[in-house]
Amino acid sequence: MSISKSDVERVARLARIGIEPHEAERYSIDLSNILTLVEQMNKIDTEGIQPMAHPQDITLRLRDDEVKEVNKRDKFQAIAPAVNQGLYLVPKVID
Amino acid sequence: MPHRQSLSALNRMLATGGISSTEITTHFLDRIEKNQQLNAFVSVDREQTLARAQQADHSRRNERNLNLKGLPVALKDIFCTQDLLTSCGSRILSNFVSPYDATVVERLDKDGFFVLGKTNMDEFAMGSSNESSYFGPVLNPWNTARVPGGSSGGSAAAVSARLAPAAIGTDTGGSIRQPAAFCGLTGLKPSYGRISRYGMVAYASSLDQAGPITQSAEDAALLLQTMAGFDSRDSTSLDTAVPDYLSALNTGLENVRLGIPKEFLDPSIDPEVLSTIETALQEFEKLGAKLVDIELPNSGAGIAAYYVIAPAEASSNLSKFDGVRYGHRASEFSDLLDMYEKSRAEGFGDEVKRRILIGTYALSAGYYDAYYLKAQKVRRIIANDFSQAFKQCDLIAGPTTPSTAFPLGKNLDDPVSMYLNDVFTVPVNLAGLPAISLPAGFDQSGLPIGLQLIGPYLKEANILSAAHAYQKVTDWHQRIPGDYE
Repeated sequence: MSISKSDVERVARLARIGIEPHEAERYSIDLSNILTLVEQMNKIDTEGIQPMAHPQDITLRLRDDEVKEVNKRDKFQAIAPAVNQGLYLVPKVID
Repeated sequence: MPHRQSLSALNRMLATGGISSTEITTHFLDRIEKNQQLNAFVSVDREQTLARAQQADHSRRNERNLNLKGLPVALKDIFCTQDLLTSCGSRILSNFVSPYDATVVERLDKDGFFVLGKTNMDEFAMGSSNESSYFGPVLNPWNTARVPGGSSGGSAAAVSARLAPAAIGTDTGGSIRQPAAFCGLTGLKPSYGRISRYGMVAYASSLDQAGPITQSAEDAALLLQTMAGFDSRDSTSLDTAVPDYLSALNTGLENVRLGIPKEFLDPSIDPEVLSTIETALQEFEKLGAKLVDIELPNSGAGIAAYYVIAPAEASSNLSKFDGVRYGHRASEFSDLLDMYEKSRAEGFGDEVKRRILIGTYALSAGYYDAYYLKAQKVRRIIANDFSQAFKQCDLIAGPTTPSTAFPLGKNLDDPVSMYLNDVFTVPVNLAGLPAISLPAGFDQSGLPIGLQLIGPYLKEANILSAAHAYQKVTDWHQRIPGDYE
């Protein structure tokens, strides 16, 4: 199964990674080769098998609804590219 | 010479007052400075690290607290540290100062280990050669035209060249064990959930585990003891008691059944690797182990399943790097979408982009069932194979890698050829099992060969004691590359 240049462009848009047309070309070859490797899975009969997300099939642990974290906003925002009055600055989204 | 001592030996010398933390740390810092050609370290802060060592010496003398070790350990640059940058080998985090320390860092600190420096790695832990780092490749101290392995290549090169007495790495598909094998070291990946992942930048959340890269099983046990245990801040952390790994070390191999999967002795493996492993297994027999033939019939599909699951999880985990709250932000962009696309295009290297793209594809509408879901079913089958095998044996053995360290640049044109290095390590991560790679010999050109021992879930003590027994009668693990003796 091969991945076309337009598949790459669609997926790159989903992943929010900007790619140039010549890169899309190269990635379509690389990704098609990876898919060929991945398709070896089809040799295995998985009829009736439950998917495994975790080696011990654990489910998410719950805890009591009590506040344990303190507000560290200033510390976290000290390393931000652009902040103002506790808000992260980004290009305007809504006109 | 401190660099000729194991971590455990240095620990004993500190306790008896035979050496100080300052002497040890100065010695290693000097060695790091003199050996920058290996490119093993991304960040080292000499002043800060020496101050830490002096503090440890002061505490030990004045408070008479002999449990406070004061031993420096190298740390893969994937663990968040407040005192040094955390880059994950990537441009997108090349300016990132973490506001908190990883649990691993806190636990090491509490037991008297401190950070010697942050080591180089394949970008976001994606790689088997440490050639994908934004900071350039790491060289193998045994032969600098060869790769040290990856993704924990910097950690492995640092310990191999004795620039650090031990290091911490991470393993998602083999990234502790394969570099340990390529560099002649003892590298342990614990059971999934054994060590907290809080503060360890996520690549594939259902596979990632931290672990020690050391000179010996004894050193690995010492570090595992420190790092293992429940952490409420990691939702996948195991709430199970931590055994005493050190006192279990001398259990021995009498009547231990070592399962040898025929799939792991494939004729396509390097013949020198095969014969070295066979010789090592005979040594295990002399120590009392019984060799048993077993099968892992579906292990060959591990790579295929892994290269769906890991990239899929990575595509989700790496979506947090968007230039908004931290890390690299592009300097010019037209709108928010353009800011995201440019920041990420500039910030990520090729291999990371490839894996995000294939992961996104595998999870996208129309493909989820055929790829991700299928891979999770294959994962269950592989895990079941191991459970079956462990009914007939206590540990599973085989080569860690199909070859010794390959030349720099060899697998860069074809990503898939790079992936095939992981054939023996990846099934272990899929099943969440613990495994170790220990040095078992050298090939004719002097490159190290690693033996892998895989254990049932939570049986790190059994793996460590088997490795320790072998290391009491062999000295492969004590060899140091000529240029670094």
